[in-house]
Amino acid sequence: MIRVSIQEVAFDIAAECAALERTGVGALATFTGIVRGDDGVTAIELEHYPGMTEASLVSICEAAKTRWALAGCTIIHRIGRMETGEPIVLVITASPHRTAALEACAFLIDRLKTDAPFWKKEYRGDAVNWVEAKASDAARADSWG
Amino acid sequence: MTMKLVYFARVREALGRDSEDIDFPANVRSVSEALDWLATQSPNHAEAFADRSKLRFALNQRMVKADAAISGASEFAIFPPVTGG
Repeated sequence: MIRVSIQEVAFDIAAECAALERTGVGALATFTGIVRGDDGVTAIELEHYPGMTEASLVSICEAAKTRWALAGCTIIHRIGRMETGEPIVLVITASPHRTAALEACAFLIDRLKTDAPFWKKEYRGDAVNWVEAKASDAARADSWG
Repeated sequence: MTMKLVYFARVREALGRDSEDIDFPANVRSVSEALDWLATQSPNHAEAFADRSKLRFALNQRMVKADAAISGASEFAIFPPVTGG
């Protein structure tokens, strides 16, 4: 079971977990990304590539399912403007065992950072700038081979 | 053949548009040759495509390298390295 969603509205973590619990597995792992307020950031804005973004998230989930025994995975990524402290991305993996669920969850968020066409703008009050891609993110994604 | 160019983020803002239809000359075969040709079309294009290390590409919504052949693609996207998550 693969579920991906690109949406402006906030997601309901409990409802998303409950949907995967119904697969009858022994382990769920979740990752939630939250808009950080460090360095004076007051809000962010997310842009994406309609069509390609959804396909790339499905492709990342399919790659995870070939590497780990997953009963399901969910990726929800918000777009548009979000204030500091708001959740931005949710990754959930469901597996019979914790190791697969935890590793696959880390793999999915690492790959999402380098493979999914999203672009982030940071607001500091009225000042705005595009976020630069980090070499450390590319290195983490590459470390999965 | 007309190809739809689509731009995102900083590239879209530098060009002041999110897409344009382009008929590349027959001698333009790869992504990098397409960038060379586009850069001759306006000062904005030249500036937006000056630093190739800050650009990524997709043909028909699949990421490709700069040496990929563009023939057969109907949609050609040019954008900065991605920063989601």
